[in-house]
Amino acid sequence: MAKMKGAIVVDIEKCKGCEVCRVACPNDVIAIAQEVNHKGYHYAYQEHQENCVGCANCAVVCPDGVITVYKVKLSD
Amino acid sequence: MDIKDIIKPENLVYQKTPLMTDKTLSYCPGCGHGTAHRIVMEVIEEMGIQSETIGVAPVGCSVLAYDFMNVDMVGASHGRAPAVATGIKRCWPEKFVYTYQGDGDLAAIGTAETIHAANRGENITIIFINNGIYGMTGGQMAPTTLEGMKTSTSPYGRDLKSMGNPLKMTELLAQLPGTCYVSRQSVHSPRNVRRAKKAIRAAFESQKANKGLSLVEIVSNCNSGWKMEPVASNEWMVEHMFPFYPLGDLKVDGKLVNNQ
Amino acid sequence: MKELRLMKGNEAVAEGAIRAGADGYFGYPITPQSEVMEYLMAQQPEKRTGMVVLQAESEVAAINMVYGAASTGKRVMTSSSSPGISLMQEGISYLAGAELPCLLLNVARGGPGLGTIQPSQADYFQSVKGGGHGDYQLIVLAPSSVQEMFDFAFLGFDLAFKYRNPVLMLSDGLIGQMMEKVELCEQLPRVTHFDRSWTLTGKPDGQERNIVTSLDLDASRQEIHNQHLQEKYRQCKENEVRFELLNTDDAEYLFVAYGSSARICQKAIQLGREEGIKIGLLRPITLWPFPAKPLSELAPRMKGILSVEQSAGQMVEDVRLSAGCGVHIEHYGRMGGMIPTPEQVLENLKKLLITK
Repeated sequence: MAKMKGAIVVDIEKCKGCEVCRVACPNDVIAIAQEVNHKGYHYAYQEHQENCVGCANCAVVCPDGVITVYKVKLSD
Repeated sequence: MDIKDIIKPENLVYQKTPLMTDKTLSYCPGCGHGTAHRIVMEVIEEMGIQSETIGVAPVGCSVLAYDFMNVDMVGASHGRAPAVATGIKRCWPEKFVYTYQGDGDLAAIGTAETIHAANRGENITIIFINNGIYGMTGGQMAPTTLEGMKTSTSPYGRDLKSMGNPLKMTELLAQLPGTCYVSRQSVHSPRNVRRAKKAIRAAFESQKANKGLSLVEIVSNCNSGWKMEPVASNEWMVEHMFPFYPLGDLKVDGKLVNNQ
Repeated sequence: MKELRLMKGNEAVAEGAIRAGADGYFGYPITPQSEVMEYLMAQQPEKRTGMVVLQAESEVAAINMVYGAASTGKRVMTSSSSPGISLMQEGISYLAGAELPCLLLNVARGGPGLGTIQPSQADYFQSVKGGGHGDYQLIVLAPSSVQEMFDFAFLGFDLAFKYRNPVLMLSDGLIGQMMEKVELCEQLPRVTHFDRSWTLTGKPDGQERNIVTSLDLDASRQEIHNQHLQEKYRQCKENEVRFELLNTDDAEYLFVAYGSSARICQKAIQLGREEGIKIGLLRPITLWPFPAKPLSELAPRMKGILSVEQSAGQMVEDVRLSAGCGVHIEHYGRMGGMIPTPEQVLENLKKLLITK
């Protein structure tokens, strides 16, 4: 079976750190940063990028639309 | 594989639709409004009807919806969005007209306009956000507030005897012959967002086919008003809101779905 | 050849609206103006011109339908009578704030409250000094004949679009219900061009979207918007004052009266002149902007001015402001739906201004 490899880009300045994406991620890719953005929010970032399959669940559920998702298919 | 090899335009699978402006949303962290806005705009983008669509913003948290939705829009007075939409649609019957309203707007002050627009079978789409509270004004009791639910104007919980019952507006509207498609959805999980988007698509398709009023209720959270963390508010919503406001289609193609 | 027809005032305004190329009417029944919508429904203007007519569930809904429809750039209107117009005030304030053109008609009746169904002019303050919340003005036309009910539908739409502002026709139950000969004019075509600088037509590809709203949470921008509105009102004051003078050339006394009261004053002038009292009439056609300048020019020549209104004395305040202090000004009126007779008007002119 072909394996999916994904990556996300979070617009950290617009992220409000609500964690809805973190909960929605099936592979525990996302964590909330210790650092804050200019608005003072602890933003989401991909802590375990190696686990990302590009399912886009995080982006689909993100209320602020700050996540962009990329995906490649790896041949075995 | 290096992340740089993945993040390339040809590998893009999801990004915010250009029909959402780049303005930072005015909603609290984790609020379902933003997701609901986005999937409405995604449906309009996918149907290719941006240039034929006119939206109506309400009064409430989404009073500034026109700042975020990149279509022609008008701001209505409190509760009157269905009347405003009626005026637009009667003037532009060939265009797509939708309202975006909260529960206070639609189910309290705007009850008459909502019911009569539905009963006339106005060929418009209503997106109804139900979070059981007045968010904008600081968390007061709404017509949809659950029994026992604490708000700033029901600080000891909603008492049915003195404060009345939570209003199932969507069930009520489904009974009217003027409505064609009526559905209740949520946007708290990826699966629910995808379902809600399908429902919104069905609502706009129903409008396209001139079948009468279509309505999608989105049961949503108000973590600030409910005084919870965003994720906890979604869990509370699943546990408490969904039993009273069950998700699913209530009316499809003018016919009530079983048990309605 | 002239097209003449015997019509009620309420029918004439409806026919006028159709012929002025109106695109939509949204209303709710209330006495004494229900004939407006009844006439429109019977005429089926959707077949004649494509005009939409819809009976709303309330005056509140009707004015908000007008608000939505006006945002598309089309020519739309509503009509009601005093209590219904009160209900519409929030929507009217929104229309003025969002700078939307529309035609409003008040076939006024006696108040306050549910009042009566007989004619009254007690909605003057509401019409010209606000009504709803915020600093705004309506352009207010006062027809005094069935012909003017017809004609002002055209003038009303023209002014509404010229200034992108609601225009109110302040009529009353007498003008609305009475029948007179009307000379009708040709049907105008409905508008087909929409000014994309403000109308909602759907955002064209590659262009900015339009937003119609009266809201701006930024107070400094809201103030600039208000200044813009005030400038618009100032231009309107400069250019749109309309009035009629009758027998003023040799007059020693002046009636100021509008609408149905102006008609009663015409007869009172005749009766007075038969007794040797030289009376004239200034009839404001625009109640806002008020004909302050012509009145201020006439006033110094007068021995006295009587403001005749079917109210406790509302317009008389504007008469006093315009005429200044050098002249004796009184008010005479009946209230609650009572209509003064010409004899009563003359008698009160004598009592208040001559024998006093």
